[in-house]
Amino acid sequence: MQQTRSVELGTGLFVLLGLAALFFLTTQTTGSSDFSASEAFVVTARFENVGSLKDRAPVSMSGVTIGRVISVEFDPHGLNAVVTFMIDRRFDEIPDDTDASILTSGLLGSQYIGLQPGGSEFYLKEGSEILFTQSAIVIENLISKYLFNQDSDSESK
Amino acid sequence: MLREIWYSFIDFLRTFGALQLFFLRLLAATPSIFVHRFGLVVTQVYNAGALSLVIIMVCGFFVGGVLGLQGYSSLSKFNAEDAIGTFAAFSLLKELGPVITALLFAGRAGTALASEIGLMKATDQLSAMEMMAINPLQRVLVPRFLGGVISMPLLAAIFSVTGLLGAHLVGVNLLGVDAGAFWQQMAASLEPSDVYEGVIKSFVFGVVASLLAVWEGYNAIPTAEGVSRATTRTVVITAIAVLILDFMITAIAL
Repeated sequence: MQQTRSVELGTGLFVLLGLAALFFLTTQTTGSSDFSASEAFVVTARFENVGSLKDRAPVSMSGVTIGRVISVEFDPHGLNAVVTFMIDRRFDEIPDDTDASILTSGLLGSQYIGLQPGGSEFYLKEGSEILFTQSAIVIENLISKYLFNQDSDSESK
Repeated sequence: MLREIWYSFIDFLRTFGALQLFFLRLLAATPSIFVHRFGLVVTQVYNAGALSLVIIMVCGFFVGGVLGLQGYSSLSKFNAEDAIGTFAAFSLLKELGPVITALLFAGRAGTALASEIGLMKATDQLSAMEMMAINPLQRVLVPRFLGGVISMPLLAAIFSVTGLLGAHLVGVNLLGVDAGAFWQQMAASLEPSDVYEGVIKSFVFGVVASLLAVWEGYNAIPTAEGVSRATTRTVVITAIAVLILDFMITAIAL
């Protein structure tokens, strides 16, 4: 009897573990968030173009990750993208005229938000909005700009 | 010479056909066993699955760790080490998880099945059952077959998840890849169909590995040497069948 019980228990555990693994694989969203909501404050920024910025992308300053993107949404009234992200509470002395830009890590890497500190005496806090933003660089625009510039150069000669 | 080749070809065809018929007989007996003798199946899930957990998890963890190291060293040449999560997930979910699990399963559970059934045959236990009007196919073979079929997809999933944890440990904790980028890029580039492909593969491999193990044990020559030969053949044939099928399923899925 004891034997049967331990067999049943082991089987149950095994099947449960297997199903949990399957669930994990199908959802894939269990990111290890090293910033929990209690230890961070939330800041928003508006961008003309966010490129392919995704949720949970890193927010970095001087190359060090200090926060994470929570959501990327389109604002139907302002006709631009609103990016909400959180910053670790330890970094509470970031000037409120800080500049946020969407950058790409490496040539083909993922996109992240880079912060450039400003010079204000007031600091970013829960709910503040970053006013100075720079959109993601769209390669097509860059190329067409370059081509048109060349065109006008050759005409002026 | 030519005649010998011809005969061995005919022999192969006969064995192959007999295997198909054996498979159909197992399938035909499956529903009644599932309904009436489910306890037998549970015991075999324990033997084939729960007892294989340790080897599966340890191997999965280290395979994932190696993927982390290798992925880092090759991806960092393109400055794309953030893609290490994608790299590990694709390799584990679609190929390494199902295939290595099937090979380990053949070594851990398949050999146990083949030698157990072979020994039952060698010691006339199967004949004794027949004399008591118990069908050994239903009482002995079907539960073992089903236990393997149920266990394999679960084991493969566990293998993949522990592999991802290993890749995460090496990539993020040791080599300093960003944890967010690791999971974010993985989630962005993996599609549900990739996961399903791995699950379908592991299910097919489970059927093949269990079928071959049960078949080899059932058809073992009832001597000590015959049982040992059947055990060896189980591993060899399962490995060959799994790798050929893996190629075929991948070709179809693409």
